[in-house]
Formats: sequence, structure tokens, C-alpha cells
Amino acid sequence: MLTYVSDIIYLVSAVFFIVGIKMLSSPATARRGNYLSALAMVMTVGTTLVVGQIADYTWIIAGVAVGTVVGALAAQWVKMTAMPQLVALFNGLGGAASGLVAVSEYFRRLDTLESYLVIVILLSLTVGAITLSGSLIAYGKLQELIPGRPITYPLQNWGNLLLMLAALGVGIFLVIEPSRIDWFLVLVGISLLIGVLMVLPIGGADMPVVVALLNSFSGIAVAFTGFVLSAKVLIIVGSLVGASGIFLTVAMCVAMNRSVWNVIFGAFGQLDVAAAGPGVAPAAQGAVKAYTIDDALVMLENSDLVIIVPGFGMAAAQAQHAVRELSDKLGERGIEVKFAVHPVAGRMPGHMNVLLAEANVPYDQLYDMDAINDQFKTAGVAMVIGANDVVNPAANEDPSSPIYGMPILRAEEARTVMVLKRSMNPGFAGIDNQLFLRDNTMMLFGDAKSTLSKLVAALKN
Amino acid sequence: MLPVFLIGLYVFVLSIFVGYEIISKVPPLLHTPLMSGTNAISGISLVGAVIAAGLGHDALTTALGFAAVICGTINVIGGYLVTNRMLRMFKKK
Repeated sequence: MLTYVSDIIYLVSAVFFIVGIKMLSSPATARRGNYLSALAMVMTVGTTLVVGQIADYTWIIAGVAVGTVVGALAAQWVKMTAMPQLVALFNGLGGAASGLVAVSEYFRRLDTLESYLVIVILLSLTVGAITLSGSLIAYGKLQELIPGRPITYPLQNWGNLLLMLAALGVGIFLVIEPSRIDWFLVLVGISLLIGVLMVLPIGGADMPVVVALLNSFSGIAVAFTGFVLSAKVLIIVGSLVGASGIFLTVAMCVAMNRSVWNVIFGAFGQLDVAAAGPGVAPAAQGAVKAYTIDDALVMLENSDLVIIVPGFGMAAAQAQHAVRELSDKLGERGIEVKFAVHPVAGRMPGHMNVLLAEANVPYDQLYDMDAINDQFKTAGVAMVIGANDVVNPAANEDPSSPIYGMPILRAEEARTVMVLKRSMNPGFAGIDNQLFLRDNTMMLFGDAKSTLSKLVAALKN
Repeated sequence: MLPVFLIGLYVFVLSIFVGYEIISKVPPLLHTPLMSGTNAISGISLVGAVIAAGLGHDALTTALGFAAVICGTINVIGGYLVTNRMLRMFKKK
């Protein structure tokens, strides 16, 4: 009887998870969706605590206490600009939890392991471990503890392929000889190594794809854990998260016109390793004219519509609040301000939207690429803040460019393009941006935050 | 064990389709909260972790379970709280 009741509760929880995620599709219902999903989590874990034949709650209570304190503090203290790192870190811990459960189940059932059980344990372990180590490397890159540029090494792709084959070989061996603990531990090591080596060669600006992909992995690890424990709710929920991650991964790749394969194995953006030093691209530098705040002011004041294009540079300069002030000041003068957000701007999907929301920009002022692209030609000013490749016209015009074919924001169609940029260094893809040389482009060099503050101050007078 | 596996496989495959369908309706505006919200959900391995930590089988599995409970709880609690914190910021004009 109890199992029927608990099964029904698990089913209801699964429905709540699904409805909760569905409610995330509108800002009006998203918060309630998140609550619903959290309620489903409490129901699922709570039911397990009751029906799970638990003999001793000591370690559970201790673990939950530690985890709650750490999780709550991290969630409260994190800066919005550091959100990608935090999500990567949490994601890695989710993978770790699944992997640890798999290892624990392996040792607990060592004497009675059937082939089926070994297979799902190994899958859960492998995917969980790759999620953990891959996410930690992604965290390190996003936090700039390790260089964000692609770190390449000899025989990179062949080495990875060999490791995967080795993992497969060890896995098959373990299915035949499940009690070989030594080889089991070898597989743990190989899996962790695969995660590290997979993410190391991926550059900083490709992080949206990596974070999304690892998110998907963490879900798939949960689903495999569900197979291990014969818990359908875990299979359902894990697949949901897996699908969500896959969807975002594909969306990010489409937005860069690249394949998932190319992002993971292409070590894209190596050029900027060579070119990122100071004083590069002298040819471009020579032709560029720097303008003053007053020049910019005239252009802004004579516009009916200003479209702001934020990029990672806005996050790096913590300029989101200054951007909102400028937007407010322009609004007071009857100038309409819209924000054009490219899908891969920033370091995780939707990164710019969160930052602008933090700075109190109403979300009805934020536009997706498809919604805004036709409006640039009616804009007096397109203001590009710390973005580069997502507005590079070469993507449309130059078949020899590495980013040719990538959908871009057509900022160049605005009457005046204003580019707030630290220096003439090329963007992530390491390619010059012809936009900066055009006649209708004004370059405003310097720290984006201070440039914006000066503009705001000038507008006050 | 095989019938259980097959039922699980059905659930797995169908859920992936359901997941893809509902998530493709989430606008790019909310992609970060979507990610951190689903991320919190993936801490549901906590279910396995509490069993491992509480069965009292032997010291090793209990210790592994304990570690898993910590990891899972950070993921769940941190994930939901930070998602809520973000969603609170999205306001209309």
C-alpha cells in the first residue's frame, strides 16, 4: 500500500516539475513555476525519506545542513556578472551527486551485481564524473582561475578519442568482471580526465555552449541514476533536464552558425591568443577615428530611437547600471531606447538579460535578435557596448571570414553606430571588425562604465 | 530486471521529447533562469544520496552517500534560491 502511495506522490511530483518548467516560459509565471518545481523536489525527497527504509538519519541531516548553508550563502552572495560560474559550479555538484550515488550503489551491491545493473551504474558514474570535472574546468575558466583562451595540447582530439575508447573498453570488461574494484576506480579516473580534457581546449566565448552541454550531461546522469535505483521520477526529471540542456546547446550553436562538434573539438578562437596583445591590428587602428563625448551627445539627442547592443564587455566593466541610467535619461527626453540581445552575447545563454534585469531595465525593452534586426535601419544610434563579433558585418559579407554565416545583429544599418570599446583589440574570434572603420561609426574608446557615466552627466546639463 | 529497464527506457525516451517541447517555448529572455532552474532540478539525485547515506550498510557507502547528500543539497538549495533571485529582477515597465 505504502509503495502505491509513494509512487503516486512521485508521479505528481514529476507533473509538478514539468508544469514548473513550462511556467518558466513567461516572466509573469516564471517565479511561481520555480516554486512549484521546488515543491516537487521537497515532495520527492521527503517521500524517499519516509519510504526509503532509512536506518539512520544522522548523516542525512548533517549533509543536508552543510549543503543548505553552503548553497544558500552562495546563491545570496553571488554577483549577477558571476552567474555563469556559479551555474557551472552547481552543475558540477549535481554531476558529482549522481556519480557518488553510482559509486555507492556499486559498493553496496558488489556481491549481487547483474550485468544490467553494472551497465547503468557505469553510465551514471561516467556521465556524472565528466559533468563534475568538466564543470570545474568551465568554472575555472569563467572565474579566470585558468586562462579563458583555448588550451590546446598535442594529439588533442585523437587523445580524447582514445580515452573514450579506453573508457568503453574498461566498461565492457567491468560488465564481464563486475567485482574488479581496481578497474572500476580506473574508470572513475578516466571519466574525470575526459571531462577536464574536453573543456580545456574550449575558448571563453564558447562557454555558453559548454555550460548548456554540461547542464544536459548532469540531467542525463540523473536519468541513469534513475535506472540504477529503478526510480521513474529520476528518469523523467533527468531526461527533462537533459533535453533542456540539449535544446540550449543547439540554440547557441545555431546562433553561431557552428556545429556542436566544431565547438567541442574545434578549439575555435585560437587566433586571439596570438593577436590579443596590445597594439595589434595597426592597419585597422590607423583608419579609426576616436570621437568625444560631445560628438556622441549630439548624435544621441538627434535620435528618435536608440538601440543598445550589450556584449560581454558590458559585464566585464560592470556597466549594466550605467547603461540603465543612460537609457532612463534618454527616455526622459522622449527618445525611445531598445536593447538588442544576441543569443550568444555573454558567457551563458541569456546572460545579458539577467544583467539588464538586475539594473532594473524592464524586460519589455529587451529584444531578441529576430525581433529587433529590422528596426536598426530606423534607429538614429546603435550603441554597441563591449560587443564585437555579434555585430561584425563580415559574417554577412565576407565568405573568407571565420564567422561567415553567423547570424548577427545588423547594427551597421543604423544611421550612426556608436562603439564603446576599451581598445582596438579584436574580439573573441580574433578577427578585425570592419564595422569600426565605417563612415557612420563613432568609436568611443575607454572603460565602458566611465564613458556611459560621462554621457549621463552630459545629458543632465 | 529487464521489464523494469524497458519501462524505464520508454519513460526516458518519451520524457526527452516532452522536455524538448516545453523548453523550446522558453524565450531567450529567460534562458539563464531556465538553465539554473533545471540545474537545481538535476540535484534530484539527492533521492539516491539520502538512501545511500541512511541505509547504514557499511562505512564506505555511508561516507559516499554523505558526500553525495552535500553535493546534491548545495545544487538543489543554491539552484532554486539563485533562480528565484534572478526571476525577482525581471520586471515590466
